[in-house]
Amino acid sequence: MFVFESGNVAAATGVKLARVQVIAAYPITPQTPLTEKLSEYVDAEELEAEYVAVESEHSALAVCIGASSAGARAFTATSANGLLYMSEQVHWTAGARLPMVMCVVNRGIGAPWSVWNDHQDSISQRDAGWIQIYAKDHQEILDTVIKAFRLSQEICIPVMVCYDGYYLSHTYMPFEVPEQDQVDAFLPPYEYRHTLGPENPTSLNTVTLPGGRPDIHGNFAPGYMEIRRCLHLELRQAIEVYERIDSEFKAMFGRGGNPIAERYLCDDAEYVAVALGSMSNQIKDAVDELRDEGLKAGLLALSLYRPFPSEFIASELSGRRGVIVFEKALSPGNSGALFGDTRAALYECTSRPFLRNYILGLGGRSYKTSDFSGAIRESVEAGPEPCDQPSWIGLNR
Amino acid sequence: MKDQKTTALNLTDEEFVYPGNRACAGCGLSMLYRVGLKAIGRDAILIVPPSCLTVMQGLYPISSTQLSVLNVTFASAASAASGVRAALRAQKNDHTRVVAWAGDGGTSDIGIQALSGAIERGEDFLYICYDNEAYMNTGVQRSGTTPRGAVTANTAIHGKRERSKDLPTIIAAHSPAYVASCSAAYPTDFHDKISKALSLKGLKYIHVHAPCPSGWGIEERLTVTVGKLAVETGLYVLYEIEDGEMKLSPPSARLLTKKKIPPVSDYLGPQRRFKALSEAVIEKLQQEVDAKWETYRSQMM
Repeated sequence: MFVFESGNVAAATGVKLARVQVIAAYPITPQTPLTEKLSEYVDAEELEAEYVAVESEHSALAVCIGASSAGARAFTATSANGLLYMSEQVHWTAGARLPMVMCVVNRGIGAPWSVWNDHQDSISQRDAGWIQIYAKDHQEILDTVIKAFRLSQEICIPVMVCYDGYYLSHTYMPFEVPEQDQVDAFLPPYEYRHTLGPENPTSLNTVTLPGGRPDIHGNFAPGYMEIRRCLHLELRQAIEVYERIDSEFKAMFGRGGNPIAERYLCDDAEYVAVALGSMSNQIKDAVDELRDEGLKAGLLALSLYRPFPSEFIASELSGRRGVIVFEKALSPGNSGALFGDTRAALYECTSRPFLRNYILGLGGRSYKTSDFSGAIRESVEAGPEPCDQPSWIGLNR
Repeated sequence: MKDQKTTALNLTDEEFVYPGNRACAGCGLSMLYRVGLKAIGRDAILIVPPSCLTVMQGLYPISSTQLSVLNVTFASAASAASGVRAALRAQKNDHTRVVAWAGDGGTSDIGIQALSGAIERGEDFLYICYDNEAYMNTGVQRSGTTPRGAVTANTAIHGKRERSKDLPTIIAAHSPAYVASCSAAYPTDFHDKISKALSLKGLKYIHVHAPCPSGWGIEERLTVTVGKLAVETGLYVLYEIEDGEMKLSPPSARLLTKKKIPPVSDYLGPQRRFKALSEAVIEKLQQEVDAKWETYRSQMM
């Protein structure tokens, strides 16, 4: 069934189809319409779930942590300062290896206050141990939410589904809503390997010493560092798992096929733009414009940001003349985070392209399609000049 | 349980905590935990934020508790307990007991927002705050419930200058299903109140005074003695609040008719943390306690 709805409703629809059992949320713009919609589904008994209207984001994720540990599929969503307020819990969720999905409706972080879009919120949580997937349209939001629940459950690692505030959350687009029985066939009921309960008493997240320690039977148990390494290794494996899940999804629903990134006119491209989220849609238009001018441009519209698909990036970008990374986030005092990651992934390549980094759209600063084509043109003209510092798009001078 | 009070004779022999755990000698919490779990039973999930209890439980992969325990972040005991309850409801489980067990710092300071929210939402679980009146696990720093005059690691010279928060009263202002205060010196009263709380729906709050030899500067053998003195001098009051009605529990109710209540200095004397208290402050404290009991007498007799 096709509907014409907002990105937030697309997310809520995915959550409902995933038969989430516990939802906890605290209002923050631009996430609010998503969780309002979910509360409506619960009130109208269209979704059989517990909706916990908590007093803070810190508690929102705490409720989900409790619920997920005790055997229920849990969901929350937030934006900007809400995500930072729950940051302790964000790290905790990954450390506790809880299958969970959270939507981050991307918004700039205060101070100064901004309610408008950029990616600084979720990017600042990139080292929390969550999987991060960025959607670029409403259909991707819905589909990614469903796939994310499956992925999270298979590998016991939480997944953040990120999408742009306003650009996606509050705009309307048509998207297809899959049938419930098909989603049920794709996504099995919630199951967690260490469900907390009286049947099998267990202590979760206890104090763990720097060194390993034997249990009461004399068997060596891992220490903190082994546990963290395990999370890292399984995050690396998550790339393959997600690719498999995506291909199953495609076989069943006919959509997908680009779990890591969508390659737009990349095959023969000499210059490739790299970006996260909805700006990719505009960059496609910029690429078309440049192609018309005879410039061999392409776009790698990245979806999977954590775990970072370094091998994929290296094989896609090695041998190109130039790579231009567009970002709505910045590691202040350094460069854009995605730029740093991309550059690191390319270090081992024998045929390294030059790299340029453009920062744009912070706190909702507007940008045009011509900004992207202009930036790519500028990069081509500058050529392989070493360029450590990012350039800025749309600054008032 | 209603008709039969808990005594040392009818308390179950079954143990839910292993001996040889990491509690300090003479730990008030250790006694409470042992007796408390006897009242809670095995069909339960405990939620524990950082506190001495985190350490007492043992270090991975060894645990002193035979029940399921979810360790959570410092500020989130009440919200994580809400999540556990929500998950049980979603699974149609109406029998498993959910108990958050936190310290005074985790309750009166960093955790009060989550707890306040949980009561307002009408959550269904038991919240136990064991009050040893400072951040003992981090080395005895002042908390919201540290009494005025107590020397702690960060009020080392003059003692704490501010009054303590009256946490059970703050909780009672939210009108939860049940509020009770207890003391480690009266373990059977604690057992009875837990049993009663668990028979009720909604949020139940039990505040329990837990003397701490290491943090209070008392001899390990005096945990119960000092705990009793807090009640017998009228400083710490044992009561229950149900439907807005406060009822003194027997050890405190006795003071209503007692001719002469021992002075608070009997309680303060054996504790090194009160060594900085001046006679004048002790006298003022005595006047406050006397006034409190005058009010109780006028209201309850």
